Amino acid sequence: MKQWVKHFMASGELFIWGCGAGLSISLLMIGGLLVLILLNGFGYFWPADLVELTLKDGKHVIGQLAGEEVSPKGIPRIRMKIGNRDLYGLDYRWINTDQIVERATPADLVMVERREWGNFYGRLQTLVKEDQTVAEGSEAVWQSLPALLRQAESSEPESTYMLLVVDANGREKSIALGQVMRVLRPNDLSKLEKVWVYAGNVWVVLTTEPREANTEGGIFPAIFGTVLMVMIMSFVVTPFGVIGALYLREYARQGVIVRIVRIAVNNLAGVPSIVFGVFGLGFFVYGVGGTLDALWFSDRLPTPTFGTGGILWASLTLALLTVPVVIVATEEGLAAVPREYREGSIGLGATKWETIWKVVLPTALPGILTGLILAMARAAGEVAPLMLTGVVKLAPAMPIDWTWPFIHLDRKFMHLGFHIYDVGFQSPNVEAAKPMVYVTTLVLILVVVTLNLTGILLRNRMRRKYAGSAV
Amino acid sequence: MLGPQFDVTSGVSTLSPIVSSLEMESMDPHHSDVTPQPSAQGKSKLRVQGFNFFYGPVQALFKVDLDIPENQVTAFIGPSGCGKSTLLRCMNRLNDLIEGARHEGNILIDGVDIFNPSIDITDLRKRVGMVFQKSNPFPKSIHENVAYGPRLQGLKSRIVLEEIVERSLRGAGLWEEVKDRLHKSALGLSGGQQQRLCIARALAVKPDVLLMDEPCSALDPIATGIIEELLFSLKKELTIVIVTHNMQQAARVSDRTAFMYLGQLVEYGLTKQLFTNPSKKQTEDYITGRFG
Repeated sequence: MKQWVKHFMASGELFIWGCGAGLSISLLMIGGLLVLILLNGFGYFWPADLVELTLKDGKHVIGQLAGEEVSPKGIPRIRMKIGNRDLYGLDYRWINTDQIVERATPADLVMVERREWGNFYGRLQTLVKEDQTVAEGSEAVWQSLPALLRQAESSEPESTYMLLVVDANGREKSIALGQVMRVLRPNDLSKLEKVWVYAGNVWVVLTTEPREANTEGGIFPAIFGTVLMVMIMSFVVTPFGVIGALYLREYARQGVIVRIVRIAVNNLAGVPSIVFGVFGLGFFVYGVGGTLDALWFSDRLPTPTFGTGGILWASLTLALLTVPVVIVATEEGLAAVPREYREGSIGLGATKWETIWKVVLPTALPGILTGLILAMARAAGEVAPLMLTGVVKLAPAMPIDWTWPFIHLDRKFMHLGFHIYDVGFQSPNVEAAKPMVYVTTLVLILVVVTLNLTGILLRNRMRRKYAGSAV
Repeated sequence: MLGPQFDVTSGVSTLSPIVSSLEMESMDPHHSDVTPQPSAQGKSKLRVQGFNFFYGPVQALFKVDLDIPENQVTAFIGPSGCGKSTLLRCMNRLNDLIEGARHEGNILIDGVDIFNPSIDITDLRKRVGMVFQKSNPFPKSIHENVAYGPRLQGLKSRIVLEEIVERSLRGAGLWEEVKDRLHKSALGLSGGQQQRLCIARALAVKPDVLLMDEPCSALDPIATGIIEELLFSLKKELTIVIVTHNMQQAARVSDRTAFMYLGQLVEYGLTKQLFTNPSKKQTEDYITGRFG
């Protein structure tokens, strides 16, 4: 037996299994996280059926099923999104399964999307114009609504129409038509129509501005802010990182000082990002920005122009944060350029600089791009330094628009990472905002993946262009 | 601005030479017998005079005197580490790149000292082309590789560049093989083709002298044969200095051969004479394979 244990340990079998297990657990966790985000994120857009429940006490509940579980007391229960925040105060409600007498999905149930107070679930009753009843009864109102809503959208008159709706238990509620964005009968939609609505919902989230303290509407400004910030950061970090690496690797005399500088650069990558945020606030915002204001925008003081957080300062702070990544990757790329290339070029009469510019740098380009890809991935996910240097929960204007000078780098901006924090943890109605957190997370991941894929494709194209193979 | 690695060592270094045991060998009686013999067939192109070379504290060349005639192939042979590549790389001052390297003595091309501070080093390297042991085409297209040198000189005209590329590739005997794929990657060529591309690249800047550092050591016999034939046609225009490990190759291609051993020039003379009737015992031992 002892012999067997000794043999087993010596064979390394145990460690191979250990390594395999560790890897599998990591992959499972990442996979699980992705699946969770994907399911919840993509599920948010699906127009689920509206269910009408009849309870034992004779009351009715209308809403969307949002989950099922066994409560801590051992009673199975379901979670319903009941909407109608203005009537009930809560968006979600738990109902014990044994209380339910009947479940139904009547076709005439409507979901009214409103500009305020979230969705209304119930039935249509009457359409009123200046105390005159225009249409009465669920079906008649439903028929006349689409035309009116289109009209309201295109001409935006003062809404003179009032929509009278009732909730599950007959409580009436009147909604001004101007407040109504969309009326749907989810139970009446075919699968294909639901897909259409789904696509529409995706489009709305990706292209419109947020409403209701960011819990409803779209996240376009955050997507735009994130992408723009990463791009400005890339423009700044690439030249600085490459120049730094070039000097360290090609020109500086390799010795103690260069080694210390290299260690310092590597350690810079490990400094907590909030420290960079504080530095960005002190140096860029107050220092550089304050000086710019004093020099050129003194007529606007005390209202700061550049002396307050903005997308430029946030991008520069992130560039500082990611410059070590680019330096390290570029240095590795430069070191991998064969000595023969340099000698060949110098042997043809090129100076050292010509050799670097025409042969060494192009050969090292894939390595440089790898560094940039890593830098972009890191920058897109950072939130802490941004909170100090220019991100806001709701930006009144985009950093790029149609007013002169078109690019406003001094403006504050929205960011997907901060949006997640804000919607998920700072919003007044966390329950209702939860789907939005998943959607924003999903979009952030997709943005990072897209940026990275672009970089990787670019790099592969460059590699393929002069690859060693004959084909 | 440029760092120390790029400093041009000009003139004789002020550092006092460290007397090593190796240096004592330069007093070897064999050495003083070797006198550069001016060529009977052509005028002298390259003249090495009392040349010592040091890698930091290590002396690699000891009082080398050598006269290389124009439009001939001169081969350097000798065992590994004997300093033949070092001597070759001094002729276009490629050793300037090595930190701590220094020299004593002169190398003259057409009577002009290449270490003279007034010499433009990039100009020198254009006049003295080099082909390396390992073929090293840049990761660019074939056309770009050949046009690299002329472009450095500021040539921009497409038509002129295309002419130069064709002429150089023809000169290197590669034109027929690559004329349909000029804009494909040079790394897609075979080893022998890559080496000929490197020759074409060197030819494109119209050098007077072509230095070849074991150009065939990584090639198969067929590719080697092609390059050796190339040397015969090239020497009409150029002076060629070739370093080789392969004594048969030296015997086949060169007009003159220099045998080096431990940093010293042991014997230098007409190839035929050196291989059939060496005057030094060491040379005889080496070419008959008794050592090295």
